[in-house]
Amino acid sequence: MERNITHIALFAALIAVLGLVPKIDLISGVPITAQSLGIMLCGTVLGARRGALAVLLFLGLVAAGLPLLSGGRGGLGVFAGPSVGYLVGFPIAAFVAGLVVERWKVSIGIASFAGAVLGGIVVMHIFGIIGMSIMLGKSLTEAAMLAVPFIAGDLLKSGLAAGITRGLARARPASVLSRN
Amino acid sequence: MLTLTSPVETPLHHWPAGAKLLLVAAGTMVIFALPDWRWGLGALALIAAGYLALGQDFARTGLRLLRPLWPFLLVLAVWHLWLQEPGRGVLLASRMFAAVALANLVTMTTRLDAMMAVIQRLLTPLARFGLRPEVVALSIALVIRFVPVLLDKATQLRQSWRARSPKTAAASIILPLAVLALDDADHVAEALRARGGL
Repeated sequence: MERNITHIALFAALIAVLGLVPKIDLISGVPITAQSLGIMLCGTVLGARRGALAVLLFLGLVAAGLPLLSGGRGGLGVFAGPSVGYLVGFPIAAFVAGLVVERWKVSIGIASFAGAVLGGIVVMHIFGIIGMSIMLGKSLTEAAMLAVPFIAGDLLKSGLAAGITRGLARARPASVLSRN
Repeated sequence: MLTLTSPVETPLHHWPAGAKLLLVAAGTMVIFALPDWRWGLGALALIAAGYLALGQDFARTGLRLLRPLWPFLLVLAVWHLWLQEPGRGVLLASRMFAAVALANLVTMTTRLDAMMAVIQRLLTPLARFGLRPEVVALSIALVIRFVPVLLDKATQLRQSWRARSPKTAAASIILPLAVLALDDADHVAEALRARGGL
């Protein structure tokens, strides 16, 4: 019980910290932040339920007014803005990523990559695109065009999430709760 | 850690948080039901006037909080000028700015503890599903404490990387950071158990 709580809280903090580290510029010049990497890691390391809870805890603190989203954003305003779909997708993305790692019994690196792609990219962008389509009054295809520039960075982050999860499974096998 | 609450005291600071949240929820529904661009601009002007009435510094901070919306404004502008329906573009843009500015108004005038109290109250019905309020409170406190701790550790890792390599540390410090975080989580869990547990 205590261990579940502290792991959930620590990973919620990790999402925040990854959003605060300086941006990495991809070759294309599209700035990416590591925040969605944090979401993927919540799922792949903590598993479906705990991962989703960690993300919900993080979002609760954002809604309460802490500037923890990438770029120092926070407060209720972000839930009324065009990227609200992504925020709704965050916990579900972590859940799906965790579910893949829990259920698909291949090596942890492969399962984590698949989970990160399915949860952190597919699920996340489905919600994000629906959100932008509603908030900006565009069709789904038009909104999807706004998401395309971020896919390359997201694939990179999925690779990172897989590598980090595999590294953690070696360094601290007992702490990778998705496989315990 | 800094919150987004405005240090400039305004009369709105003294309103109860729950009431402000209800008003904003109602206001947001109105904003999304506005029929055309004149109404949109009107709502935006009303909210801007509200911000200015609370003081110039307050309004300037409020404007800064809207910065993440500018790229979306650009998209809307290009899109609707190209489609030659500027009216719809203005409605969508003013709706977006009005809704976000209105929600930010609550965040800027409500202290973190007041907002936490509202969240706790909203969560009380979940107690019967096993989500105990004191566990939620402890988790929130842990996150607030651990964000600066982890930031410190990330800075230390980046500095020790820089001392040994001409390249900048990017993603390579995330794994050691996660290991440190997991170890911290284990230590705190042990400490909690040693003090009687949850």
